[in-house]
Amino acid sequence: MQTLYFALALFLLLNLGAGMWRVLRGPTASDRMLAVQLLGTTAVAVLLLLSQAKGHAAMRDVALVVALLAAVTAVAFVRRAWPDQEAEIDSE
Amino acid sequence: MEAITQLQYAFDAPLGLGLLWLAWRTLACQDLFEAVVSFAAFGLLMSLAWVRLDAPDVALAEVAVGVGLTGALLLAALAKLRSSKMNEDAAGQLGKEGSEVGRPQWLPLVVLLSVAAGLGHAVWSLPLYSAGLSPEVALHLETSGVSNPVTAVLLNFRAYDTLLEMVVLLLALLGVWTLGGTARRPEAAPGPVLDTLVRLLVPVLILVAAYLLWVGAHAPGGAFQAGALLGAMGVLMLLAGWRLRTSLMALPLRLTVVAGPGAFVAMAVITLFIEGRLLEYPPQHAGTLILILETVAALSIGATLAALFLGSRPQDLENR
Amino acid sequence: MTLSEYFSAALLFAGAFFFLAGTLGLLRFPDVYTRLHAVTKADNVGLGLMVAGLTVQAETWTAAGKLLLIWLLVLLTGSTVAHLISRGALRRGIQLWKL
Repeated sequence: MQTLYFALALFLLLNLGAGMWRVLRGPTASDRMLAVQLLGTTAVAVLLLLSQAKGHAAMRDVALVVALLAAVTAVAFVRRAWPDQEAEIDSE
Repeated sequence: MEAITQLQYAFDAPLGLGLLWLAWRTLACQDLFEAVVSFAAFGLLMSLAWVRLDAPDVALAEVAVGVGLTGALLLAALAKLRSSKMNEDAAGQLGKEGSEVGRPQWLPLVVLLSVAAGLGHAVWSLPLYSAGLSPEVALHLETSGVSNPVTAVLLNFRAYDTLLEMVVLLLALLGVWTLGGTARRPEAAPGPVLDTLVRLLVPVLILVAAYLLWVGAHAPGGAFQAGALLGAMGVLMLLAGWRLRTSLMALPLRLTVVAGPGAFVAMAVITLFIEGRLLEYPPQHAGTLILILETVAALSIGATLAALFLGSRPQDLENR
Repeated sequence: MTLSEYFSAALLFAGAFFFLAGTLGLLRFPDVYTRLHAVTKADNVGLGLMVAGLTVQAETWTAAGKLLLIWLLVLLTGSTVAHLISRGALRRGIQLWKL
């Protein structure tokens, strides 16, 4: 069973890496931001799997804090940092 | 190697490589927004790395500060940078964001490589498995008043370092306040969705912060993590447009911010007079004293971090 | 492996499938709105199935409650952030993808 947890955690980590490509590419700022959103949720899942695999209940607390705070960066983006003219400013 | 260890290595390798790649992206990409987003992602992966290294306390602090607070802080700074940049652009100058790649600088490269070589040699010459200080800490854990070794070290054995860290945080806030603040544009009203989210999240954040503070005595948690969560709560409220009355922002805010280092200094002076040594608690009261210090410290850290995000001094907000 | 372990393994695999679907959608869908749709599926169903699988194996009721709380929080924040981003994108004139 422990092997299964680690295997799934590895699978999710590779998913995470693939999602990073959208941060790299996403033409608009909102694309990058929602990739970070997926990143946060995948990190929560990985943390929960690792906590079950190693038997440390404390890692669930880390997952709880990630779940709570993943929204703060996104809200900061939406309320402050989103450029109004997406086309001109966002360029690679 | 059995399958489980192979899987663990297979997990750690992409994690390490991903960290390195994200660090490079943060520094090397031209678009500042992408750099900030990469930095937030780096913080998340870093917390996974801490968990893999069996350090949940550090992982908690990394998530609370790196993902929540620093991400929001950098994005707000980016917004202010952009608005000032657009004023410059309006004057006719068109500049590319970020600096252009110039000639390679040889002297800093040499210094950097020699420091890296020195660090590498130091890490390489460490013994592969060493107990470190854990036997010492485990030996004295009963007299420390808590059963979590990390909290024991932070709040009892090395409480002097924590005192200095609280002062550093206060100095950071003073630095931000000295730079003065920009006059705040009136914030757009949050829609009902954001408002409801904040109303639902803030009580949960307070509860989880109190939980982390309480559980820090016997499990990963503690004052700094709780304080960082409170700071993130403050940032969330500020982002949604909530403001305290200006009368609450002047003296009570300053008192809260100073209370953390002040409590540590007061405790240091008291223990100096009672025991003759700085910050050495009497063992039968150690648990209670640590809890009191932690509570004051958590509130103070939360207020300091939220005030750091707000940026302007209270009187700048009054004279609007 | 006992029956409950098979059951939670099945739930975990299902959850991982939805995470894969979410990542594929993020990479392959044509515009912001459709990508948001994919990401929120990973948020709700993917994490929900995984949490269900882990809850079956949880050691105490408190642990199960904490897992459920984590899922509810991710649901709440994920859907709110999705709404905020898509409304902001619409206001800033990002066009919806048309066939």
